[in-house]
Order: sequence, then structure tokens, then C-alpha cells
Amino acid sequence: MPKVQGAVTVDEARCKGCDLCVVACPADVLMLQPKEVNDRGYHFAFAARPEACIGCAACATVCPDACIEVYRVVLK
Amino acid sequence: MDFKDIIRPENKVYARPRLLTENITHYCPGCSHGVVHRIVAELLDEMGLEDRTIGIAPVGCAVFAYNYIDVDWIEAAHGRAPALATAASRLNPDCLVFTYQGDGDLAAIGTAETIHACNRGENIVIIFINNAIYGMTGGQMAPTTLLGMKTATTPYGRRVDLNGYPLAISPILASLDGTCYVTRQAVHTPGAVRKAKVAIRKAFTNALEKRGTSVVEIVSTCNSGWKLSPADSNKWMEKHMFEKYPLGDLKNV
Ligand SMILES: Cc1ncc(C[n+]2csc(CCOP(=O)(O)OP(=O)(O)O)c2C)c(N)n1
Ligand code: SF4
Ligand code: SF4
Ligand code: SF4
Repeated sequence: MPKVQGAVTVDEARCKGCDLCVVACPADVLMLQPKEVNDRGYHFAFAARPEACIGCAACATVCPDACIEVYRVVLK
Repeated sequence: MDFKDIIRPENKVYARPRLLTENITHYCPGCSHGVVHRIVAELLDEMGLEDRTIGIAPVGCAVFAYNYIDVDWIEAAHGRAPALATAASRLNPDCLVFTYQGDGDLAAIGTAETIHACNRGENIVIIFINNAIYGMTGGQMAPTTLLGMKTATTPYGRRVDLNGYPLAISPILASLDGTCYVTRQAVHTPGAVRKAKVAIRKAFTNALEKRGTSVVEIVSTCNSGWKLSPADSNKWMEKHMFEKYPLGDLKNV
């Protein structure tokens, strides 16, 4: 069966650390940086478990700041 | 396959909308306004309306909407967006004209403009962000504030005897002959965002086809005003707001 693998990028400077993408992700891929902050002082989101991403774009769909771009490949 | 190898242009399935400007929005983290801006920007691009759209920005947190979506805008005085939209659409019949308004703007100071534009059946779209509070000015009670809800001006919760009942304005607008489409949506989950986008697409199409006024209410959060986290605000909204403001079409002719 073909397996789908995804990947996301987060615009770290733009992210406000609102956590909505983290909550929306069905595969538990995303996390907020526990310590590091961006220039505006926000704990930005990042892919803590990138290998689990299925490229469903749920995260990007709920992001109020359009920080997330999504990529997907079908592995044969 | 390493995830770094997946991040290539040919594999991209979701990109930041082209019509969102590079400006970082002034909205609080997790505010519903940002999500609605994003889907409006996506739709205007997908529908090829970039060069013939006039947005009318409100007074309220969305006052700077014109800085974020790269189409033509007019900034209205508080509550007067539907009046300006009337002029803009009558003078530019080939353009898509939409207003973007909060509940204070649309259902308090602008009630008259809202009702009369809808009653005249102006060929415009009204996008109505109902977060049940005055966000911009510091979280005061709005007409839409729920009973028992704490705000800066109802610190012990909204009371009927003192503050009256919450106003559900969309059913009133649906009862007017000039409206062709009145719907309530939300943007708290991926599925809800997709549905809201379908609704706004339909509203835009109605306006282009001169079918009358379309109103898309987005039941929204104001996490700063509500004093909850963005995620908890979404939960609170599901639990409390949807009872008074149930989602779905109120009118679709
Ligand atoms: C004529 C006038 N009266 C009052 C105000 C103050 N004011 C600014 S925004 C606002 C209400 C905003 O609430 P809402 O429309 O719900 O939008 P939100 O900020 O929640 O998105 C008020 C009363 C004003 N700017 N102009
Ligand atoms: S694309 Fe889907 S699986 Fe991947 S991070 Fe986003 S929500 Fe999670
Ligand atoms: S939803 Fe967007 S702004 Fe919020 S934490 Fe995720 S990437 Fe950042
Ligand atoms: S005050 Fe409320 S409505 Fe305004 S930007 Fe903040 S969360 Fe959004």
C-alpha cells in the first residue's frame, strides 16, 4: 500500500506560539519551543517528531498567522 | 525518506496565500481574525478577484485589515461599512464588494446600516466576526455577549435585568427579503475552516451574480478578552457560544 509522508515548515519569525497547530495535528508532530523564543518573544512551533507527519495540512488550516507550509509525497 | 528531502517545491500542498501581505498582523496569538483573513485571501486568489475586489474595513480589531490582504480597501467609520459597501458596489458593479465587521461594529453602532443594506438587498457580502465582546477597546460587553459572561463592563457576568438579552442578529437579517444567503460558521477546527471557506466562496459568488446580500457570521473567539488560552477559548466557544449561535445555514435561496 502506498504510504504518505509529509513535512512542514514553520515561519519562526511570524509564529506567535498560539498552540492551535499543536492541538490540531492528528499525528502529534508539532510542539512549541520549550525555551527558545523568536525576536518578538514567542515560543514558536516546530516539528518535534517530523517523521510522523502525514502532510494533512490540519496545522496550516487552523494557523491564524499563515506560518505553516505543508509538503507531501506518496511513497511507493 | 528524510523529511528534509520532502521539502521541495514540487511536493508543496499548502502554501502561504499569495494575497496575504508580508506584514505581521497585530492580532493577539490565536485570534480568529487571522484565520478568516487567511481564507478570504485564499478565495480571492482562487476566484481570480485580486484586481476587482473592494474590501470595507471596520472599526474594531480588524481596523487594519487593509494592511494584510492585498486588494483595494476603504476604511469605514464605526459601523458604517455596509453603507460604504453600498456606494462602492453601486459605483463599481463589476467589483466584488465585501465588508468585514465585528459584532460591536455590525450589531451595536452599525445596526441601522446593517439592517438597511440587507433589506435593500445590496449585492455585497458581509463577513461578520462574532466574538461576543468588544476586543479592540479592552473587552467590554457587546450586544452579543452571552448571559453570565464576564467582560470588563460586566465583571460579575451579563445579567438580563441590568444588561438585557444577547442579540442574535443573523436570524433578523435572514428574515429580510434582501438577503439571499445567511449562514453561521466557525474556524476552530480544520473541518470548520474548510466549511467556512465554502460558505464565503458561495457568498462571493452570490454577490458577483447580483443575487442580493449574503451574510457569513463566523462565531469566533477573542482569547484576550475572554481571558483564556486560544485552545481553551475554542473549547469554551463550542460549549457556550454554539448554544446561542448554532452553526449552519439560516437562509439559502
Ligand atoms: C464612533 C465610535 N464609537 C466608539 C468607538 C470605540 N470603539 C472602537 S472598536 C469598538 C468595538 C469593537 O468591537 P467589535 O466590533 O466587536 O470588534 P472586535 O474588536 O471584537 O473585533 C468601539 C466601541 C469608535 N472607534 N468610534
Ligand atoms: S501536516 Fe498534518 S501531520 Fe503534519 S504537522 Fe501538520 S497537522 Fe501534523
Ligand atoms: S498555529 Fe501558527 S502562530 Fe500558532 S503556534 Fe502554530 S505556527 Fe505558530
Ligand atoms: S483583542 Fe480579541 S479580537 Fe482583538 S486581536 Fe486580540 S484576541 Fe483578537
